[in-house]
Amino acid sequence: MSAFEVELTPIVFLDLSLLTMLILVAFAMLRSRHLFAVVMLSGIYSLLSAAFFVSLDAVDVAFTEAAVGAGVSTVLMLAGMLLTARREKPKTPGRAPVALAVVFVTGAALAYATIDMPAFGDPDAPANSYVGQQYVDETPNDIAVPNIVTAVLASYRGFDTMGETMVIFTAGVAVMLLLGLGSARGGREVSDAEPEDGEAK
Amino acid sequence: MERLILRVTTKLLFAPIILFALYVQFHGDYGPGGGFQAGVIFAVAFILHAFCYGLDETKKAVPQKALTVAMVIGLLFYVGTGVATMLLGANLLGYDSIDPDSTHHAGQHYGILLVEWGVGMCVASTMMTIFYHFTGREPDINQEDW
Repeated sequence: MSAFEVELTPIVFLDLSLLTMLILVAFAMLRSRHLFAVVMLSGIYSLLSAAFFVSLDAVDVAFTEAAVGAGVSTVLMLAGMLLTARREKPKTPGRAPVALAVVFVTGAALAYATIDMPAFGDPDAPANSYVGQQYVDETPNDIAVPNIVTAVLASYRGFDTMGETMVIFTAGVAVMLLLGLGSARGGREVSDAEPEDGEAK
Repeated sequence: MERLILRVTTKLLFAPIILFALYVQFHGDYGPGGGFQAGVIFAVAFILHAFCYGLDETKKAVPQKALTVAMVIGLLFYVGTGVATMLLGANLLGYDSIDPDSTHHAGQHYGILLVEWGVGMCVASTMMTIFYHFTGREPDINQEDW
């Protein structure tokens, strides 16, 4: 591998502080039993991730994270929270040794895997060299769209995006079917016979 | 009047939010953004409206029936663009066939604009549908009733 060294620029320290804040927010979410606080913290988590993505020059991802993660998800979580209890039930104290062992082994395996990873920002990293480089080289000739992300999303990988749109459509249909308020059946009253006690419920 | 400052602020912000959503929608070729983000921002404008004026007022402005139709039309816009390029003799979503004589891939621009519009429409109406259905539910279910 090439000898690419990460320079300790202020941006690296910014990244590190953002990642530290992400971990702190995650721990705060774990500790809190107050669901409103958890929802707000998850919004903060998304906003911090968005800031992190901006610092990684992934503005499209950051934009999506800020709009979907910090915006709509928080609102939907709040709306969902109104339908349930405001506080999480206190969990029974006690340790789970098996779960702890699994977490530690997985964490150690992941930490071990990072040794093989290319250095942060390495221009010769596999993610930057083969297909990625080809997209950067060919987009001006093939698509002639300045934003390469849009070119990949809507043209090169247009079929994938069609599937994603169908996923969102399906999610909407599923919510309508599960939580339908009568609006889905045009506001008509439905006279289902009440199931008698003892029968299939 | 209840929550006067919120209501006035929402009234002031509503149009700029919609305008920003449209900017993100149609500027996706040139800068960050596209149908997904634009659809979410579009839906957020109406969610803000529902927060300040109540869900019933928002449902008067954008009824659920219209959202259901918009969801379907948005998806069909995307699929329809793909089928249209097939009818023009190219692959599914092969946008170059829209304007084959262009020297600067104008067909790609048209195709991307069309499918992004479909994505934006589908995302915006789906987000609002989900919001309507979550918020419109009566929160009277006790933990024991499940």
